[in-house]
Amino acid sequence: MTTETQTDNKEQARLRWQCRRGMLELDLFLQSFMDKAYENLSPEQKQTFSVLLETPDQMLLDYLTGRVIPYDKDIADVAKKIRLAAGPDA
Amino acid sequence: MSLPIRKFDTLVIGAGGGGLRAALQLSQADANVAVVSKVFPTRSHTVAAQGGMNAALANVVPDNWHWHMYDTIKGSDYLGDQDAIEYMCRAASHLVIELEHQGVPFSRLDNGKIYQRPFGGQSQNFGGEQAARTCAAADRTGHAILHALYQQNIKAKTHFFDEFFAVDLLKDKNGFIIGALVLEIETGEPLLIEAKTTLLATGGAGQLFRTNTNAKINTGDGLAMALRAGIPLEDMEFFQFHPTGIAGRGMLITEGARGEGGYLINKDGERFMERYAPHAKDLASRDVVSRSIATEVREGRGCGPNGDHVMLKLDHLGKEVLDKRLPGICETSRTFLHIDPVEEPIPVFPTAHYTMGGIPTDRFGQVVVPVDTGEEPIPGLYAVGECACVSVHGANRLGGNSLLDIVVFGRAAGNHIIDYLDANRYHHAIDDASVEKAMAHLQRWDKKGDGESVPELKDELQTIMEQNCSVFRTQDVLQECLNQVLQIESRLQNVRLKDHSKVFNTARIEAMELENLVDIAVATVTSALNREESRGAHSRIDFTERDDNNWLKHSLFYKEGRRLEYKPVRMKPMSVETFPPKERVY
Ligand SMILES: Cc1cc2nc3c(=O)[nH]c(=O)nc-3n(C[C@H](O)[C@H](O)[C@H](O)COP(=O)(O)OP(=O)(O)OC[C@H]3O[C@@H](n4cnc5c(N)ncnc54)[C@H](O)[C@@H]3O)c2cc1C
Repeated sequence: MTTETQTDNKEQARLRWQCRRGMLELDLFLQSFMDKAYENLSPEQKQTFSVLLETPDQMLLDYLTGRVIPYDKDIADVAKKIRLAAGPDA
Repeated sequence: MSLPIRKFDTLVIGAGGGGLRAALQLSQADANVAVVSKVFPTRSHTVAAQGGMNAALANVVPDNWHWHMYDTIKGSDYLGDQDAIEYMCRAASHLVIELEHQGVPFSRLDNGKIYQRPFGGQSQNFGGEQAARTCAAADRTGHAILHALYQQNIKAKTHFFDEFFAVDLLKDKNGFIIGALVLEIETGEPLLIEAKTTLLATGGAGQLFRTNTNAKINTGDGLAMALRAGIPLEDMEFFQFHPTGIAGRGMLITEGARGEGGYLINKDGERFMERYAPHAKDLASRDVVSRSIATEVREGRGCGPNGDHVMLKLDHLGKEVLDKRLPGICETSRTFLHIDPVEEPIPVFPTAHYTMGGIPTDRFGQVVVPVDTGEEPIPGLYAVGECACVSVHGANRLGGNSLLDIVVFGRAAGNHIIDYLDANRYHHAIDDASVEKAMAHLQRWDKKGDGESVPELKDELQTIMEQNCSVFRTQDVLQECLNQVLQIESRLQNVRLKDHSKVFNTARIEAMELENLVDIAVATVTSALNREESRGAHSRIDFTERDDNNWLKHSLFYKEGRRLEYKPVRMKPMSVETFPPKERVY
């Protein structure tokens, strides 16, 4: 029997791999977010984070640096959280 | 040991621009091709290349491939192989146009021709005025190339193994390479991929150094796989430090920023490149600019409280130009540093960027090894891209020449493999011993218990490399560096994983990546220690001059016995006269 935590752990493991990208900037944004802030997302936001990770790298970089604001408001909110978690002290 | 096996004509390890270009050539010729990539193909590092790709199209100022060839040879500090360089520069224009037909939207000039920007080390007429040779698709050239090639491969029915990690190469009874042991990252299950031909296109090893411009996936896996299979690595002492990585963080500020008119200043506000390269100034070759920055810092003219970096000044270009031409770096700086380049300069320092050395190949992408007095290809084994050393970059790569390298030699290797497959129709049987060895390597990480941790050891390795084997090097420091790296190599035996789960076990992959980095570190430091001269990116404080009498030759490092051999530089081009070594002035 698979418990909820097991499914959760597997999902986190999967997401952690999806955070390995082709650019240093994305690694910095995503991996530190995964380490520090992912846990604090609501279940819906966690779902949105997973959808956001499907974005191609250059577009994702535009979202995370704020150069482009995603059309979907939920995605835009999560992207903003990731951006704010970066910065000089991250 | 019974493991699942899949068979293909060709196994391509790596789905960056190099691997995808080769795979496309093969699939279009109806070969049965498997491409393995540890990350989803369009997340390969090629996606990060923003600046562009060189070709002497002469759309902005006069240009031709022969000038491009000269610049590349001079840039390489005469260590590049002149036949391969001629081949690459001649093919460049054709390949840009081919890429455009494959779907890469190159930026345009007002007259409709492909836009070209000036990059470092480019000249007209063999060392004359600045040339403008770099073709770009806005600031996402690598992304555009990678996506176009991926789509073309899907259309041509290339078989992709996405998120599979190649562990080690496999051999037949005669020692020839016939595929690889790979691990499905999602399930943690091993798989044997057997192939008549194998091509390594696993990219560079920027993660060798603590501050680097590369994605975390750039751990040089293919280089280490080659070493473990008994293949030497060529010219590993030559690692490119990009002059303008963000100090302490690594993010790249493209050379395009200086191409557009940005320049470097020291703590006195002096434009110091005028002293080091009166003619080319901030657009001198990368090794020259990196050394100049490091010298400014060493001599006490660095900026910031610790005097440990210089500044890249862009504000004089104005908001409009910056937002239009360099939006990416402006956002990077604003987001990660909270510095707006429209108002303030960006702190930069030479940052590990590109692996010039690699798996030795000829200009057909065949892996070559010394035999008696010459060299011979290893039948069925190929390498292209940043993991290969063909060698078109020699001791120092010019910006915009790597995207060119990967498509030119990806295509050339594809063509050569097609001929090879015609003549070699059958699979060879895998030697069980080679499977057992590869599996032992994988299963070593199943050991439980207490031990050192992978991230800590990796951090230590990267710091040692950065402090002791970067822009300036000396005998004593390199020797100490080697001792420390060898200690890390032995401590690696005591590392244990805490997480032994199977599904998406990132920790296990990172452990194998660390093993690869350690092998490459040993190769790099040993090669650097032995080369007693300064050439291109390899600057010895104790041997400050280039020494063509003794060192105009390629290094070959073997893992077994940490042995070094040397082979001559190929000075004879395919059709034109040799460019003999001259003093390098910019
Ligand atoms: C920030 C940055 C900007 C750059 N800009 C430019 C530029 O403007 N112009 C230019 O010419 N060059 C540029 N370069 C250099 C250039 O981008 C790279 O050298 C080039 O893209 C390398 O391509 P590649 O195909 O050899 O490897 P990569 O694109 O790095 O691909 C490597 C592939 O191998 C796979 N792989 C690796 N190890 C394994 C394994 N163990 N198992 C399975 N798969 C594996 C990866 O998943 C990936 O698919 C830049 C580099 C950086 C870091």
